[in-house]
Amino acid sequence: MVSTEAYLLLGLALFTIGVIGVLTRRNVIIMLMSIELILNAVNINLIAFSRLWGDVSGQIFAIFIITDAAAEAAVGLGIILAFFRNRTTVLADEMDMLKW
Amino acid sequence: MDVTHILFGVFAVMAVVSAILMVTTRNIVHCAVFLITTLLATAGVFLLLQAEFLFVTQIILYVGGIMVLFVFVIMLVNLDVSLRQVQFNRQTWVAVLLAAVLGAQLFIALWLGRNALRLPARAELIAPKNTEAIGQVLFQRYMLPFEIASILLLVAMIGAVVMAKRRV
Repeated sequence: MVSTEAYLLLGLALFTIGVIGVLTRRNVIIMLMSIELILNAVNINLIAFSRLWGDVSGQIFAIFIITDAAAEAAVGLGIILAFFRNRTTVLADEMDMLKW
Repeated sequence: MDVTHILFGVFAVMAVVSAILMVTTRNIVHCAVFLITTLLATAGVFLLLQAEFLFVTQIILYVGGIMVLFVFVIMLVNLDVSLRQVQFNRQTWVAVLLAAVLGAQLFIALWLGRNALRLPARAELIAPKNTEAIGQVLFQRYMLPFEIASILLLVAMIGAVVMAKRRV
């Protein structure tokens, strides 16, 4: 049986890679995908702890996180589509209408 | 060194390598494919953790639902222009440094608290009937959050339709 630390380390690695993706990429769609990666890493942690404690509550929270990820992806991609229709760009540093 | 260790190693390496490739690849369609690989490897990790319901949910919802949405949006925004643009922004190295510091902090926290993870194994509580246990807890103890999540999904659906409509 694999120890809980291994799962937590996997979650940590995926979380850090996701943070790097959000902070460094210019394309907003890839930033959204990195956010999905971060949520996924959190799910690994929750399910590992659920296994450790022998309680399914962690898995319930993972289900809620997957629900939130679906809602976030739908609304975020809708916003990206609307923005692309107005400005024809999906790059984060070209979205500077509020910058003076 | 039994079969679960080997499977965990395979899934973990697959997840981390394809996550790194997803963050660094230039072509956005390749990014989506690498993210799908990461999500499938994570589903395998869920299966190793005896969360069978979440294994199926991960594949159906993430890989079959959310990623299809992503690929559709990638097709709708123009691909050829974005291939020739610079993919990383100017603060890349600062961002990588900050993320590394964050990862190191989390690792130190994990290292300091590793003794709290030594619990007697109580796997038999969730092992045999995972979906039944999830259903009972979800519809008894977490009934109100479940309903709120359904309202959230409704709001997100309406929001996505309004956002993607041609004339508001």
